[in-house]
Amino acid sequence: MSIPVALTINGRRHALVLDDPRVTLLDLLRERLDLTGTKKGCDRGQCGACTVLLDGRRVNACLALAVSHDGADIVTIEGLAESCGLEPGQLHPVQSAFIDHDAFQCGFCTPGQIMSAVGLLREARSDPNLDDDPERVRELMSGNLCRCGAYLGITEAILDASARLRDAGAEA
Amino acid sequence: MPDTIPTALPAALPALAPGHVRHGSSIGQPLTRRDGALKVTGAARFAADNHPPGMLHAVMAVASIAHGRVQSLDIAAARAHPGVVEVMTSSNAPKLARHPDQTGQPFTYKLDLLQDDRVRYANQPIAVVIAETLEAATEGALLLRPTYAAEPSSTSLDQAERFVPDTVGVGSPPNETSGDVAAGLADADSRIEATYDTAPQYHNAMEPHAVVARWDGDRLFLDTPSQGLSMAQARIAGLFGIDAADIHIESPFLGGGFGSKGAVWAPQVLGIMAARLVGRPVKLVTRREQMFGPVGHRAPTRQTLRLGADRDGHLTAVDHHTLTASSTFDDFFEPSGRVSHTLYETPNLRTTHEAVRLDTGTPFFMRAPGEASGSAALESAVDELAEACGMDPLAFRIANYAEQEPKSGKPFTSKKLRDCYARGAERFGWASRPLQPRTLRDEAGLLVGWGMGTASFPALMMQATARATLHADGTGLIELGAHDMGQGAWTAFAQIGADGLGLDAAAVELRIGNSALPNAGMAGGSAHTATAGSAIHDAATAAIRALADLATGDERSALFGAGNQGVVARDGRLHRKDDEQRSERYADILARAGRASLSADGKAAPNAANQAQYAAHAHGAVFAEVKIHPTLGQIRVTRLVGAFAAGAIINPRLVTSQYYGGMIWGVSFALHEHALHDPRTGRVMNANFAEYRVPVNADIPDMEAILVEEDDPYVNALGVKGVGEIGITGTVGAIANAVWHATGIRVRRLPITLERLL
Ligand code: FES
Ligand code: FES
Repeated sequence: MSIPVALTINGRRHALVLDDPRVTLLDLLRERLDLTGTKKGCDRGQCGACTVLLDGRRVNACLALAVSHDGADIVTIEGLAESCGLEPGQLHPVQSAFIDHDAFQCGFCTPGQIMSAVGLLREARSDPNLDDDPERVRELMSGNLCRCGAYLGITEAILDASARLRDAGAEA
Repeated sequence: MPDTIPTALPAALPALAPGHVRHGSSIGQPLTRRDGALKVTGAARFAADNHPPGMLHAVMAVASIAHGRVQSLDIAAARAHPGVVEVMTSSNAPKLARHPDQTGQPFTYKLDLLQDDRVRYANQPIAVVIAETLEAATEGALLLRPTYAAEPSSTSLDQAERFVPDTVGVGSPPNETSGDVAAGLADADSRIEATYDTAPQYHNAMEPHAVVARWDGDRLFLDTPSQGLSMAQARIAGLFGIDAADIHIESPFLGGGFGSKGAVWAPQVLGIMAARLVGRPVKLVTRREQMFGPVGHRAPTRQTLRLGADRDGHLTAVDHHTLTASSTFDDFFEPSGRVSHTLYETPNLRTTHEAVRLDTGTPFFMRAPGEASGSAALESAVDELAEACGMDPLAFRIANYAEQEPKSGKPFTSKKLRDCYARGAERFGWASRPLQPRTLRDEAGLLVGWGMGTASFPALMMQATARATLHADGTGLIELGAHDMGQGAWTAFAQIGADGLGLDAAAVELRIGNSALPNAGMAGGSAHTATAGSAIHDAATAAIRALADLATGDERSALFGAGNQGVVARDGRLHRKDDEQRSERYADILARAGRASLSADGKAAPNAANQAQYAAHAHGAVFAEVKIHPTLGQIRVTRLVGAFAAGAIINPRLVTSQYYGGMIWGVSFALHEHALHDPRTGRVMNANFAEYRVPVNADIPDMEAILVEEDDPYVNALGVKGVGEIGITGTVGAIANAVWHATGIRVRRLPITLERLL
């Protein structure tokens, strides 16, 4: 079986031919494209470790079949900064806020948390109060588990990054 | 109570003070994590992120019964699936040099490695399917469709026969008594007896157990997360009959451990066996549901506390009985009574343990093993007795403050618990708490309750080695096989090394997480920073001593004649102590001696003399506010304040995160985590992250962790106690007590869920 799938991943076009329709977007990234920054914590949509941006929206890559997303634009943690026009080696404001606020311990949930946070900040474009209310941030980040318990730092980092972006007149 | 109570501190032992080293340039600074950029960009490579050329994927099939035998597997169906390379079962699994039930080395437990067809617990591995792709291996494992000869199973404390284990925890006696508990209870003016149930819990680090295994002849290369690299080497060497030195393990980052990665478990070994069987590298990652069985858990407990107090609220007796469970085939007994040995002054103290054997995987060390469950019960019981005495729970605890460790009578190396009580209470606003329950409401009409608990955890020291090197370019290098599972070893150990070498942290390279490095023991018992940190300190001190010898013995040096003890290291220079203006750069000392570098080894071990004289514990006080819906029973923790004293703090930013993490585990223990076994099949019914509940972001309230200063000259050379586990202790009781204060209902079964309040 060979199924052609065209994906833009971190700004690069991939013309792929998959031999298997069962391949999830997560396993495609991790096992076939060596984009292992995106993590697998449960493989069934319950932890958020696999969060990526798919056509600008945050999704659980473990629940997405690669073949169902022909033509999609995907951003993973590896490509986040560059997808926002930053130079290689530079960090996205959410990434640096995560370091400043110690928003992780082991760091395993972190790529998913950050991609989810960026997705949330983009959702806030149409719902402007969403990213400066800690209660709503907590609620909207509750699809991303952190077993180490870095939640305080995560919430603070998102509020801080959001404020910094707003001050700079920039978008996430 | 011991026979003799020291009336004064023993003659002070020499404090374990640093020699050439001045601490404080890096130690104590809230540096951000050195591995931060790797972690936020996805560049940190965890075990399962590796993919050597030619690698195959392995997926375990696991038992859906808890006790019995595998009768059949449809191996042909799995093999016929496109992409499947091999099916490993008990009929073709590679022979092992040592039966996996033959243990004996430290931290080794019996493993199920396809040596026969028996099933001892649900989710036990029964086969491994190896395929070209993950999809094919996953499907192949489903196609095996096992049939079983099932036998009856017991998975609850009520279902099996009780016995007294030989030891609990790590070699502790199950029953310990001092004084006369019956007499103490009889003498009491107030007494309580209460039984508390704690639920089985599974570690569930976000990173599942995983291995990428590659054989090269009899040499073995592994990527696998490990909290104890050299113990893992020894265990694997024994199983395969190869030399431990031929096993090379990379474990630079653990995606959480919480104890469960302190041992080698079946999934990792099966991955190694699979690689041997097919002669190619193999990756095996445990699926989330497979984390509920073969990789350890915290056993359930049922604890009965009988406490008495006199008219003034002084304890007359503490009797702490624990019923817990191990597996049917191996021994690990949660030492819940241990916490009563150290916390409250009492003339009569008894701790007893009984156990049953259940058809589950073997329980294991899980974040604060013993202390978490024991503190949950003790802190609840103390609250009940305070109520019976009509006393404020904090005042009651202060009235029973232990000046010496109650069980041993030893003084503490340091104990700033009074400060923790005071600082935490003040910050929380405890003084305005009404004594009576069900008296506070918020503006929305929710019931409000305030509770507190004392936190404590032993300050342990283990064994570790390290190597420190000074390079001619003026930089330093610290090497040891240490482990970072999120606590921040990458950062804190560099800080310790930097101060030890008298260099800026940026000038010190740290190498950890690799079995070829000097043995750094294990990351467990909240002792890794104390132990490995002391080894780093020792190695760095030795390197500076050797450098000082080079300089002070060389008449061309400005330091000539100062004597080894006459110099001090700072900012990459040695200075004369008697004339700080006279100094010399490391680089110049090494260059003149014609040395490209200079290395020294260091080690750390428990200090027997200090341990004989002192008891060493970290302490804390946790204050909780809960809000509860008066008719629906919905419970929210709305505020948590913890104040902790744990000796010297290497990095306050990271330590605060450890306290938060521990306190969140306390919330989880009190209100969320509960592995539910189906009593008919023995299977865990909620083996997934949707139904095995752990706190999400919205469950976590405003929290604060106060770092109470504590100077400890005896615990180790750095004055460091552990901080990784203490946060759970105290927190669970504080929340349970706050629930009572809000509702007037004592829920003695954890986790506390809303139906128990209706
Ligand atoms: S791995 Fe996708 S949600 Fe857990
Ligand atoms: S940082 Fe470890 S799971 Fe979130």
